[in-house]
Amino acid sequence: MSAPREWIPAGAASIAAAVRERTVSATDIVRESFDRAVAVKAGADGLNCILSSDRDASLRAAESHPVGGALAGVPVVLKDNIATTTLTTSCGSKILEGYISPYNATVATKLHQAGAILVGKANMDEFAMGSSTEFSAFGPARNPLDTSRVPGGSSGGSAAAVAAGLAPIALGSETGGSVRQPAAFCGIVGVKPTYGLISRFGLVAFASSLDNIGVFGRTVDDSALAMQVLAGDDTTHDATSAPRPAPTYRTDSRDLTGLVIGKPREYFPESLPALMREQCDRAIDALKARGATFRDVSLPHTDLALPVYYIIAPAECSANLARFDGVRYGMRIDGDGLRGMYEATRSKGFGAEVTRRILLGTYVLSAGYFDAYYRKAMEVRALITKDFTDVWASGVHALFTPTTASPAFHIGAISDPYEMYLCDLFTVSANLAEVPAMSLPIGRVQGLPVGGQVIAPKFGEVNMFRVAYALESELGAEAHR
Amino acid sequence: MAVSKDDVRHIAGLARVGVPEERLDGLVAELNGILGHMDALERVPSRGLAEIADATRAGMPLGADARTSVPLERARDEFAPLMRDGFFLVPRLATHDDAGDAS
Repeated sequence: MSAPREWIPAGAASIAAAVRERTVSATDIVRESFDRAVAVKAGADGLNCILSSDRDASLRAAESHPVGGALAGVPVVLKDNIATTTLTTSCGSKILEGYISPYNATVATKLHQAGAILVGKANMDEFAMGSSTEFSAFGPARNPLDTSRVPGGSSGGSAAAVAAGLAPIALGSETGGSVRQPAAFCGIVGVKPTYGLISRFGLVAFASSLDNIGVFGRTVDDSALAMQVLAGDDTTHDATSAPRPAPTYRTDSRDLTGLVIGKPREYFPESLPALMREQCDRAIDALKARGATFRDVSLPHTDLALPVYYIIAPAECSANLARFDGVRYGMRIDGDGLRGMYEATRSKGFGAEVTRRILLGTYVLSAGYFDAYYRKAMEVRALITKDFTDVWASGVHALFTPTTASPAFHIGAISDPYEMYLCDLFTVSANLAEVPAMSLPIGRVQGLPVGGQVIAPKFGEVNMFRVAYALESELGAEAHR
Repeated sequence: MAVSKDDVRHIAGLARVGVPEERLDGLVAELNGILGHMDALERVPSRGLAEIADATRAGMPLGADARTSVPLERARDEFAPLMRDGFFLVPRLATHDDAGDAS
């Protein structure tokens, strides 16, 4: 293997192979990551995608780590809501500013055991509530491809870190599209697994019936490699972990013969911009060229997904965030007695969007409104789930849709809360139905990346990756033009 | 359905979030703007919905009602706002004000 000048663009698999073969050392790779962070201004004076990092500690970890593992020497960035005993876990919030977890998330442990080196914790919308990373208490992150625009959210810092070349792999979290949407905006790959496939132990909870840890990669193969490391049973720590072994996601096949892909009409509305539609049509032609058969399908309750999501997610967030009360960890602001302390701490500690969602969630769960809102939303969620199971039962193996209705927007362009929620239009249904979905680059509109989304049945990641590998291969460099 | 300023004061109290009086009008407008979109659910007929929801949940496995304690790499008093003798300290409850200074 000839040594490339820069290793991180070569991808995680190449880095790990070279480190195992001792062509390059893990410390050289980690040094490259931190040099890159300086070059692209990853900190608060630039992209603001990294909230905490420790160059010396990462270099020491690289030096002392045994050479080996599927991710040997691979630098990784984790979203700041994934617990790690080094670096902060602030969730992008003042209420947890400077907080360092006393234990590691299962995903952090698995990455470490596979040889990966943590190089930073990534900026995010506060407690993962947002679609632009503008709701971080530590300032907005910026899109490396156009720094006047958002990187998407809520895992925007992780996506920006991968797109800027700090790491070939990063982790984010998904409740309604918070990995796929920023992946689309930053021109990289983002994977939301089946609910329960990757352990959430150590992920700070937002909406427990929807939360997933997801993977960012520069390529489909890097994403599949990370999924291979992370997926699998963790029932001793996480009650929602699926007790099943992970199959093999990586494949050399780029042939889709025999695979039926559905094109749901609700994801291609009249309002979809023509330039976005053209990119999707080109991707569909590419998939057909690899042997896939396309079929028009319908998911008739899609228009109800956003209202359902924005009842269930705030309801669950209002319960989960009750733990931030100034007693056991995090910020504490004194007030008039115990209640005054609770209210002062939470008022000063939470930002505007988190407060809005806590209030909304408390309202829909309160006496007299529970049935009209929360119970009804849970019942309609079942209809949305049934839409998907009906499509799978008709012989469709996967779905193809745009990931978003538009490319990345300018920082500050959206001020209305519900308009921001519309960013999740094409992504929330997969979370509600608990099915896997991923976004990968399919082209550019006015120079900005556009993502195509592949959705598969529960635990159907093997076919999902098969479609993604074939699409990436067929589009080649066109995926970034 | 729409919320009033009194509703927002009430739910802020339930949620233990202090909301300044000058923020109330804005929150009422923002919450009603969001809740207006939720009314789409009212158009979905309720008949048969509960059965579909039950069928979706069928076969969902239940885990054992047991948990593994997680070894902590740092003691709680290193990150708790205030601890003494292994207990988290909180301000005095108003109802205890007449009971003398026993804390």
